[in-house]
Amino acid sequence: MPAPSEPSVRRRDGAAAHAPYRLPPRLFDARCRACWYSVAVIALVVASFASLDLQWAQFFSLEAARSMGRFVGEFFPPDLQPAFVQRVIAATWETLAMSALGTALAAVGGLALALPASRLHEDDPAPGRVSTRLLLNALRSVPELVWAALLLIAAGLGPFAGTLALAFHTAGVLGRLFAEAIENAPPGPGAALRGQGVGRLRVFLYATLPQVLPQLMSYTLYRWENNIRAAAVLGVVGAGGLGQMLAFHMGLFHMGKTATIIGAMLALVALVDGMSLAARRRLTR
Amino acid sequence: MNPTRTAPPARDPAWLGRLSWCAAALVVLWPLMHATEFRPWILFEARNLEVTGDFLASFFPPAHSAEFLAMAARETWRTVAIATAGLTLALAIAAPLTLLATSVLSVSALPGRMARGPFLLRQMVRWLLIVLRSVPELVWALVFVRVVGLGPTAGVLAIALTYGGMLGKVYAEILESGEPHATQTLLRNGSSRLQAFFFGLLPQNAAELTSYTVYRWECAIRSSVVLGFVGAGGLGQQMDNSMKMFNGGEVLTMLAIFVALVALADRVSAGLRRALG
Repeated sequence: MPAPSEPSVRRRDGAAAHAPYRLPPRLFDARCRACWYSVAVIALVVASFASLDLQWAQFFSLEAARSMGRFVGEFFPPDLQPAFVQRVIAATWETLAMSALGTALAAVGGLALALPASRLHEDDPAPGRVSTRLLLNALRSVPELVWAALLLIAAGLGPFAGTLALAFHTAGVLGRLFAEAIENAPPGPGAALRGQGVGRLRVFLYATLPQVLPQLMSYTLYRWENNIRAAAVLGVVGAGGLGQMLAFHMGLFHMGKTATIIGAMLALVALVDGMSLAARRRLTR
Repeated sequence: MNPTRTAPPARDPAWLGRLSWCAAALVVLWPLMHATEFRPWILFEARNLEVTGDFLASFFPPAHSAEFLAMAARETWRTVAIATAGLTLALAIAAPLTLLATSVLSVSALPGRMARGPFLLRQMVRWLLIVLRSVPELVWALVFVRVVGLGPTAGVLAIALTYGGMLGKVYAEILESGEPHATQTLLRNGSSRLQAFFFGLLPQNAAELTSYTVYRWECAIRSSVVLGFVGAGGLGQQMDNSMKMFNGGEVLTMLAIFVALVALADRVSAGLRRALG
């Protein structure tokens, strides 16, 4: 039964019977869910600030402002000696290579994991589906930096550990996306081949893969863009690239060199952003 | 069915193309492998294998003493608190900058082109937001650890600056992508910019703005764990310590807690966003 709402109540002269003066809604109403959410959020914020011993006094004191100013002043001028700039360029190339190779490995690994994780046709029992998806979730929910710190033990310091870390995390992300794409592919061509008695591998290679390949490529390129940004900082734990140089020189308080490295990071990220924006514009035009 | 069906070809008809593409990919990959010192066999050298095996073996049993679990719970709360406090400060940075950067709120743009002064100001605020956003939070954290010392303050400030830039940029985009009609009508009829914002722009976009903020809170929890690795407190710092001491049991417990925390934040954030939309 529809509840009698206000606009349906009409007076004889045709004017709507809106009460001319209405009290504003109460600030807190026990029946309103948004009010409870707001209270919870405010409580969380207050509890967070209260429980962290943030050193505001130290941070906003005159002394801290002076040391901050001195610290920022030391960044200038950036170190632009040719020998050092050459090393920064080499580290930038290393960062790019780490991201590209990590993404490529992740695409291969993601595809290999996506196959058992997806139901290839309607009566596919897909026995490993649940367990493979759990594995993909585990790979995905550990961040690249934590993977890098773990892999340092097996692979040693250097860009190899960083590449593997990117590959592990990204394989989890891509595997899940690939599995969704494979399950959502139109079933017609695959069913036609299966009806002819073609084996599973060939059905995948000649019916499913050609249909989903553009989507897989675009997911991979998108993750590559993310991974360049991640690779720039991965080195902070010792996994190669610009980040390793940054952590090293900042630890020794070489502020001019640090400024050059941060500049290179910003330039790399800006370049990637610009290229991806341009590519997207061209594709959507 | 076609009675004159031919048997399927025994060999892939496109094999030559596929093979040459694979060869080309290998040629491109070679310099990359060289640059990243990609030598997978070192994983299987006897000494490395032994160290890795020992570390993996020490994962079991996971650490579960009451003392350790209490410490882990305390650090988990700290991680959440760093993310929440950082995001609150980020909001405080982003809100005024968004008001400055939004071109819908420009009075001089009403008749046509924006005047030069306001245009320059908006452009400069935009550049500031982009710079704040493009320096990774890990780099901010490294800088602040040098200034304020080890501890959660560095993490909170790092999240506040990076996420302030992200929120400001996306808020401005959200506000400008909507229908500007109501806001412009208010401005044309003599309301102030703040009035036009509160009565025209904000009600239109409130749900989308809140939903994006909640999503960023979820991301901030993830990055506050990572920030711990450079000494900004929380679960990440403890994880880093345990890894350095090769204490696999503690690492495994903390990884499990972290995965559960991220899943929980994911659920809460998805639920909140569904309640909004």
